[in-house]
Order: sequence, then structure tokens, then C-alpha cells
Amino acid sequence: MHEMSLAEGVLQLVEDGARANAATGVTAVWLEIGALAQVEVEALRFCFDAVTRGTVADGARLEIVTPSGLAWCMPCGNQVPVAQRGDACPHCGSHQLQVIRGDEMRVTEIEIA
Amino acid sequence: MCVTCGCGSDQNHVEGEGHGHEHTHADGTTHAHPHVHGHAHEHAHGHDHSHGHAHEHAQGAGHRHRHADGSWHSHDHGDDAVAATASGAALGAAHAPGVTPKRMVQIEQDILAKNDAVAAANRQRLADRGIFALNLVSSPGSGKTTLLVKTIQALQGRLKVAVIEGDQQTTLDADRIRATGAPAVQVNTGKGCHLDADMVRRALDRLDPADGSLLLIENVGNLVCPAAFDLGEAHKVVILSVTEGEDKPLKYPDMFHAADLLLVNKTDLLPYVQFDVEAAIGHARRVRPGIEALRVSATTGEGMDAWLDWLERGAAAARAARDASVEALRRRVAELEARLGAGD
Repeated sequence: MHEMSLAEGVLQLVEDGARANAATGVTAVWLEIGALAQVEVEALRFCFDAVTRGTVADGARLEIVTPSGLAWCMPCGNQVPVAQRGDACPHCGSHQLQVIRGDEMRVTEIEIA
Repeated sequence: MCVTCGCGSDQNHVEGEGHGHEHTHADGTTHAHPHVHGHAHEHAHGHDHSHGHAHEHAQGAGHRHRHADGSWHSHDHGDDAVAATASGAALGAAHAPGVTPKRMVQIEQDILAKNDAVAAANRQRLADRGIFALNLVSSPGSGKTTLLVKTIQALQGRLKVAVIEGDQQTTLDADRIRATGAPAVQVNTGKGCHLDADMVRRALDRLDPADGSLLLIENVGNLVCPAAFDLGEAHKVVILSVTEGEDKPLKYPDMFHAADLLLVNKTDLLPYVQFDVEAAIGHARRVRPGIEALRVSATTGEGMDAWLDWLERGAAAARAARDASVEALRRRVAELEARLGAGD
């Protein structure tokens, strides 16, 4: 899914953070991309490399943490793991699941010089 | 976005906007494209971005860097490789003399934060005017535009309608809408695969929909990408035609999960296709429990009354919410004036 525009979004946040901290370079960027997030991680890596060329984040290492999917099952009240949208609760079989973790797409921190 | 170098630029176009745009590439070069609004245009162009740089780094950190000839190389320095955890990384022990030390800066922002902020502003702007806005999403060819045309015609004299049309190229859809007498603005995304909040913001500037009206945003035909992009709408409405296959909701769960209403369209074709409407709705309810569902045929008019009812109820609710907030503001102003009068 248009990982290039997501990579641009990452770059904007990284540049804002670098500027706010008077950084001359960004050496690493940490992302949180949940297992249920609508993004293809390898494509995002590729696009990140392309979009950071010539910027303050040129050459920055991209570290991606992938929180696994977790949901609250409303009928039976259990917290259950979710591998993908549409999965049923492993305890009671209901599909009425409220995702509480796994759909994040965040820039968490950057390493600057 | 420039697909060659990947920089953010104004490659998309909203009908009626200025006659040229400029974009600046990451290396500082700028170029402008004049264009006549209302016509489709391409933006393919190539450029070089050769650059290399020397840099220093703290001992213990692994990194990669790019040479002037464009090649990359990467290396780790000794055993203190940076640990990859989101909660903070070990930076590597020693600082070599004369080297700038590195430090971690918390960002903690959603990647789509900027889009979401513009969407929130759009939402507020629409709420202030009592406008009921819907984001219509579907595969290409589901019958969205025909449904819109029939909807506008059926609502003549009942509800004012304005439309934002999204397509890669052409103004064909906006032209069809305008032929019904309703105002419409075309957004051409160029190479883009979805409308975003900023495009809608600009389209609202051009369209200036009437207070208390219905705003229908026809997104680019695409069952994947628009799901993640909030435009500031009250609801996403997903349109699935009976020629598409009842298992679509399972195959494209993100889109169906994001919607509040499912419209099963082209029901007049049911005798000719293997499509189980109940199964389709059931699948949609698996990925989006509680989703409302309506069956329509834009061509025969079957089911249109229920759809029009749904629209009118939503529009009435938007007007009522605006009136309530205006009323609350009036009361507050009266309150403050009374206090002023009493010499507080």
C-alpha cells in the first residue's frame, strides 16, 4: 500500500524532531508497525531508503518493532491474540473483537548527532 | 508525490486551483509545472541526486553510509551493536575524542498524524456548518457514480447535495455530477491511489458546500488504500456490487472494518450471478461487527428509499448537532454579558 507516502510521513516527523533538537544528522529511526497495520514492512524499508537520500536522515538505520495483535473479546471478556482482521476469539468463537494493540504505525524515537 | 525521486510535492490537482505549481526536491533543486486546470497531465521526470558525505560516529554504533558514486556500505563497530528496542537503545560505551555524541529523542507520533490533523480540522469545519459528509469507497466499477447521480436526482427539493470526486485522471465523473445540477469538484490524484485529508480541505475551499447540506466524497476506486486515510467524514460507506463476489469483505478486511454502512449495489443483476447477499453481509459483520447493510439497485431504484432515508436522518442529525452547539454558545454569551452587566 503506497509505502512511499508513509515513508514521506516518517521523514517529516524525523526532520521535525531533528530540527527541534538542532541535530546535524539522524543516525537511526525507530518505528512501531503493528502486526495488523496496513503497511508492507519491506516495501516501507525500501521507500525509507529512497526518500531519505539527501536529507538529514540520509543513511539512517531503520529499526522496526512489530507489536503483535491483541484484542478484547466483548462477549467473553478475555484479552486474546489476533493474527489478522476477521479472526475469531479462540475462547468463544465470537468476531466481536476490539483491537487494543497491533494496528499502530508510529515513529517512536530517533537517534541524532 | 514525485514517483521518481519520492519527494512530497503537489502532483495532485484540485479543479479550479491555480495555474501552476512548484516543487522542491530533497537536494534543493526546484522545478515548476504550469498547467491548465481541468485537464489531465503527467509528471514523469528524472533527476540525479548524487551526493556523498563524510561523517563521524560514536564508537559502538553500526551504520551504513552512501558514497558519492551512489553505492552503500554498512558496518558494525565492535561488540557494542545498538540494541533494537523501541523503549530505548544502548548507545555504545565510549565517545571517541572530538566526536559528537549521539542521543535519543522521543518522537512518539503516528505516521499519519499530519493527515489526521487535517482530517480533524475538516471534520470541525463541516460540523460547524451542519454538513453531513460521507466517504464512499469501493472497487472501481461498483456503480458509485451512477448511484450518486440517482441519489442527487431523488433528493431534488429535499436536501442540497455537493460532491467531491476523486480519480487518477479526467473530470468525467465530476462532469456527470454537474449535469444533474449539483455542484462538484474533481480531485485528480495523478499517480496517487487514494484521497487524503489535504486534498479534501482544498476541495472544500473550492466547493464551499451550503450549510446543512449533504457532502458526498467519491473516493478513488480502490478497496485497499483509502481505508487508512481519514478525510474528516462522518462515515465511510463501502459499496459492493453483486458482480464482485460475496467474499470480498474477508479478502479486503481493512476497508470493510473501516466502514459503518455497506451498500450492496446492482441487485437487479442477482438473477444472473452467483452472489449470496446474506453471506456477503455476514462476512462484512465478521470484520466489522454491527455494520449496517442496505441493498440497492441504482438503475431500477429498488432499495433507494431506505438509502435516502438513511441520508436524510444523518443530515438532520448533523444540523441538529450544529444547532445545539450554536445554542450552547448563545447561552454562554448571554451568561457572560449578564455578568458584565452586573459589574463582575
